[in-house]
Amino acid sequence: MSVVNVFFYIFATTLVVSSLLVITSRNPVYSVIFLIMAFFNAAGLFILLHAEFLAMILVIVYVGAVAVLFLFVVMMLDIDFAELRSGYMKYMPLGVLFGIGLFAELGLLFKAWTLPADVAKNIATPVPKDEAITNTEAIGRVLYTDYVLFFQTAGLILLVAMIGAIILTLHHKKGVKRQNIAEQVGRKREDAIEMVKVESGKGL
Amino acid sequence: MLEVGLSHYLFLGAIIFVLGIFGIFLNRKNIIVILMSIELILLAVNINFVAFSYYLGDLTGQIFSIFILTVAAGEAAIGLAIVVVYFRNRGTIAVEDINVMKG
Repeated sequence: MSVVNVFFYIFATTLVVSSLLVITSRNPVYSVIFLIMAFFNAAGLFILLHAEFLAMILVIVYVGAVAVLFLFVVMMLDIDFAELRSGYMKYMPLGVLFGIGLFAELGLLFKAWTLPADVAKNIATPVPKDEAITNTEAIGRVLYTDYVLFFQTAGLILLVAMIGAIILTLHHKKGVKRQNIAEQVGRKREDAIEMVKVESGKGL
Repeated sequence: MLEVGLSHYLFLGAIIFVLGIFGIFLNRKNIIVILMSIELILLAVNINFVAFSYYLGDLTGQIFSIFILTVAAGEAAIGLAIVVVYFRNRGTIAVEDINVMKG
């Protein structure tokens, strides 16, 4: 067995075990930690598949952003997780049933399916034969030309998601003094100073 | 049999996918773990795409995978923002309590 095969089995086993622990952990903080572990192992698998760029994106975007966001939310919200786990065993049989059924369906599908013979002729964007072209460069050449519209749309989706998340979570506390720059700049002399003629011997 | 091929990756993807579905069933009350299960399902799909991309020598699978990552990141951000807002307003995130929109 070559080194690649050994690494595949190591990564695959760890991936499956950590995904199982994600869904069965008692504490959601552990779930997030195992999710990070699962993503790291998936990144390892992607490297074995010569998709280095995606592997790094997976580590940066998922582990660096999404998993940390999960961790933030889990730790920020003061939730009684034991209460949320009640009825855990009640749903177990149904879940197992559905899981086995779905897996059997996927297995049947896989058994009946063969790679079509003419698939090699219908490749949209072949991987460059030139060894000097890295995976990142090859993806960039396709992504910024053939798929530029989808690339821009993906950027738009991220922008909308960002604005949406900010709008949803931003809230102004009442009774907090804030600086209103437009008001400050628009202030005139007449608004600020009042000239009063005070009669001598009397107060205001 | 031990030599790794396309079918090994598809099998692995199927296992992760089923585990994700199983996680949704198992943690029906905890919306945060449900969101994590959705991430697992998307990861399984990504594994399939990249495996096909490698074994067919076609880059399109990896491109598609990048777009899936984009959508998954956006979905996680929006989902968690909704969870935070919901918790701020109602003090709970139990899934069965989220029924105020039921007429």
